[in-house]
Amino acid sequence: MSEPLLELREVHACYGRSHVLHGVSLTARRGEVVTLLGRNGAGKSTTLKAVVGLADVTGGTIGFEGRRLSGLATHEIARLGIGFVPEDRRIFSELTVVENLRVGERRGGGRWTLERVFGLFPQLRELARHRGGSLSGGEQQMLTIARTLMADPKLLLLDEPSEGLAPVVVRALGDNIAALKREGLTILLSEQNLKFARRLADRAYIIEKGQIKFEGAFARLDADESVRRAYLSV
Amino acid sequence: MADAAALLRVVGVRKAFGGIQAVDGVSFDLPCGEIRALIGPNGAGKSTFFNILTGQLRADGGTAVYRGRELLGLAPHAVWRLGVSRTFQVTATFATLSALENVRVARLSHVGRSRALLTPARGLETERSLALLDQVGLGDQAERAAGVLAYGDLKKLELAIALANDPELLLLDEPTAGMAPAERGALMALTAAIARQRHLTVLFTEHDMDVVFATADRIMVLHQGRLIAEGAPAEVRVHPEVQAVYLGAEA
Amino acid sequence: MSPSLILIQLLSGLAHAMVLFLIASGLSLIFGVTRIVNFAHGSFYMLAAYLTYTLTAALPLGGGSFYVAVLLAAAAVGAVGFAVETALLRRVYRAPELYQLLLTFALVLVVADAVRFFWGTENKTGPAAPGLAGSVPIAGQLFPTYDLALIALGPVVAAALWGLFYRTKWGILIRAATQDREMVAALGVDQAKLFTSVFVLGSFLAGLGGALQVPRQALTNVMDTSIIVEAFVVVVIGGMGSVPGALLAAVVIGVVDAFGVLLLPKASLVMMFVVMAVVLIVRPWGLLGRPEAQARTAGGALAGGSAVGVPRAWVVAVLAALVAVPPLLPTFYVWVLVEILAFALFAASLHLLMGTGGMVSFGHAAAFGLGAYGSALLMHWAKAPMPLAFAGAPLVAALCAALYGYFCVRLTSIYFAMLTLAFAQIAYAIVHQWYDVTGGDNGLLGIWPAPWLAAPLRYYYLALTASAVGITLLALIGRAPFGLTLRAVRDHARRAEAVGVNIRVHQWTAFVVAGFFGGLAGATFVFLKGSVFPDYLAVRMSVEPLVMVLLGGVQVFAGAPVGAAIYKLLDTVATRYTEYWQVVLGAILMVLVLVFPRGILGVLSERRRG
Repeated sequence: MSEPLLELREVHACYGRSHVLHGVSLTARRGEVVTLLGRNGAGKSTTLKAVVGLADVTGGTIGFEGRRLSGLATHEIARLGIGFVPEDRRIFSELTVVENLRVGERRGGGRWTLERVFGLFPQLRELARHRGGSLSGGEQQMLTIARTLMADPKLLLLDEPSEGLAPVVVRALGDNIAALKREGLTILLSEQNLKFARRLADRAYIIEKGQIKFEGAFARLDADESVRRAYLSV
Repeated sequence: MADAAALLRVVGVRKAFGGIQAVDGVSFDLPCGEIRALIGPNGAGKSTFFNILTGQLRADGGTAVYRGRELLGLAPHAVWRLGVSRTFQVTATFATLSALENVRVARLSHVGRSRALLTPARGLETERSLALLDQVGLGDQAERAAGVLAYGDLKKLELAIALANDPELLLLDEPTAGMAPAERGALMALTAAIARQRHLTVLFTEHDMDVVFATADRIMVLHQGRLIAEGAPAEVRVHPEVQAVYLGAEA
Repeated sequence: MSPSLILIQLLSGLAHAMVLFLIASGLSLIFGVTRIVNFAHGSFYMLAAYLTYTLTAALPLGGGSFYVAVLLAAAAVGAVGFAVETALLRRVYRAPELYQLLLTFALVLVVADAVRFFWGTENKTGPAAPGLAGSVPIAGQLFPTYDLALIALGPVVAAALWGLFYRTKWGILIRAATQDREMVAALGVDQAKLFTSVFVLGSFLAGLGGALQVPRQALTNVMDTSIIVEAFVVVVIGGMGSVPGALLAAVVIGVVDAFGVLLLPKASLVMMFVVMAVVLIVRPWGLLGRPEAQARTAGGALAGGSAVGVPRAWVVAVLAALVAVPPLLPTFYVWVLVEILAFALFAASLHLLMGTGGMVSFGHAAAFGLGAYGSALLMHWAKAPMPLAFAGAPLVAALCAALYGYFCVRLTSIYFAMLTLAFAQIAYAIVHQWYDVTGGDNGLLGIWPAPWLAAPLRYYYLALTASAVGITLLALIGRAPFGLTLRAVRDHARRAEAVGVNIRVHQWTAFVVAGFFGGLAGATFVFLKGSVFPDYLAVRMSVEPLVMVLLGGVQVFAGAPVGAAIYKLLDTVATRYTEYWQVVLGAILMVLVLVFPRGILGVLSERRRG
């Protein structure tokens, strides 16, 4: 088993005053895709935001490559190699697609170049000169992932990438993320879409009311209907 | 449904943002005294719908008749005057005011004295305000500023504020969001008890299914702006479309 | 009007627009990225103008001196911007925006005195631009060659800026940060460096504007305030943070100015503010601006704790002293006390708006000045007896406040502030230009108290009564249901309307009440001075009470009068010992903002509560 790349221990955090974590522990090992499942408001987004310093961490520790992240500014965390893809995408709507990509671009260049990103997302090449705001939801989702890749992350935090997308777009997005997994990228994927998550993830956590309620392989989750019913269904 | 007993009758309410239909023809009757949950995934249009009912957003179409009065098109303060009260998803209180003053502001408004210029506010509506704080279990926090209250206490404070106009219809937007697990059930049980005791009609949104199934008489499910199911908890639980929305389509 | 005249006016409007664009684009850029409203931007402009004046004379480059001086001056001001951003502003990015404003206002004071110290107070006529000194005939009229060159330069600068924004990585980051700073950080961009570079560029542009203005305009000590107001107008009309908006608005204002002078000479000063008021009423976020994602009210962020009272014993002691001590004082100090009393009331009336209501007004001078003019006009034209004229002032001010407040309360935060400023400036322009009635900048003289009130002590006790009663009433209003509800609206407007409060009407009422007491303060002041001038309505008169309130501590009602007293005493004392009291005041303000950002009483009351 490879070493943990990201490790949260008993993290308490809040985003605003209504999204609160009550002691979340989870790990993502190098090269692994881990999914964080849960209903709306369960704490998925807050967990990811806590990692990149966008939520206030009030207790516990977050480690990345064995280094503690507390006290670091968001841009410093990003430069260590953590890429955050927010749920609401937050592309720069006034900027063109290429300009969006260049915001994340590293000086001196990382492993990801414009060419390589366009190779992964061919639609974006065709839209290169279009304003970000004119893209469809699915295109925006691809752009926000591509933009984050340009910053050359070792760990990608994806917050509900499939939300609000049509089924056929979700499938294409799944292909893209699978390709990233083959590249050896470590991914922490927050999702409500069980099918989407199952296709990509090695392991799953379930978060509910700011606490981790389940941790294990997908097979175990699939076998345990009571867990699914308790935390994921109505 | 028993039409005569409907406190609120909503017909064909619509609202679009840009090209997206956030609320797409919502219709239902809400009888007097019922506690009803409105559930659905994020972005289903729940908060938008609440904001339409209370005048904070203007609907593109439809009607919402409350006790024979049309709500849509009224300003928020006018809606409140009719006896419709609400809480917000992101807790909304007056941060620099004490808990007591928070409730006092609402009480003064209810009795039409908000604009008194020279009488000290300190002596006005104190008893009723304290009684409301006691009712939600905040009696001992009355003098503390809302800005320093614990999150759970803020949710209770908002409930007390919402009760200040002796409402008949209470709209609660995620009343337990962000609270510690143990507190949630307790707060919702308290809310339900107050509602039954005062014969209030309640419509609430909530993501915590334990709370929903423990509290609601009936449940409506909103998905992409449309109501896809309405029924008793047991019916909704096994509704196939609802399952699909919440689990993510397996097909 | 002949076609050739129209063409000439259009051209001179465009020349002015180009200078305006340079300054306003810098201001807008800084606001867009850092969210700082930089009052000192006009000071940078003035500094560069004076530097150009001196450098041109000092450089041994013959005809080239001027052009080298322009670039050097702009670069020097860019360097000043670097120092200011890294040493001062960086510390207050997270502070409420009003404190940021106060800090940049302190810079205004310091730079103003520095300019007076190094260059004196006499107007200076700058060198002509070598090679562009003459005029060229256009359509049968003579037009300055230099203005023509400016018109040509404008598009060059605009194109250069466009290239910078749209063709460089830095420009991409700037535009991205204007839209979503948090996301830019999440992509690994260091915001601190970005902010510094933006501030330097913005300052450089202000400097360039100032340097290029030298051949067109005499250099004066007040060119900082006149340009900053105009630049604010341009930025607000264009949409805060939008550089294309600044260009568009600069052209609009430049042309409106040029034709205003021609067509409505009596109303020329008013025109620009009328345009701004109309734009803000129709498009509250400016021509090319965007609504703030979340309109934060400046005051809401300011009011940290709940209102803290001052022990009643202190109030009684101060009042007793104010009654008992003046007969023992030399007349000079009695007059100083009257002035303090007037400003204490003025500041207290502003506190109702910005402290209790969270509505930061940049135009409260309107209340003060309209009250003062109300009294003066009643006496001068209606021959009203003095007591009646005195009592009429607050009514006049309240009536006017009701009129323009109706529009102001529809806006929030910085836009509210700007609209109040616009109306104050409109009032200023009216009294300044309506010579026949107001006497223009000669003012109205002989506005003295009635004989039975004229003795210093008698007038003092009248002022004390007016001020004490006014402040007491304001204190009561703050604690009454009205004030409590106003605080509730400040804390959370949506919650307040959801408990049945008609927030517009409530805020409007507060606006009128504040106008009433501001007018009373103006009346107290006008009979002290015996005259009234347009200066009573000037920007400075709006900024001073703002500083007083913040100095005392905006969370505490008593902070306003206390801040007024301290400010006025400092002013009086410093003026006695040094010509350069503004530097002293500026330094004190900087210390206050950086070390005691909650104001004097704010800090004291915190200590008291432990």
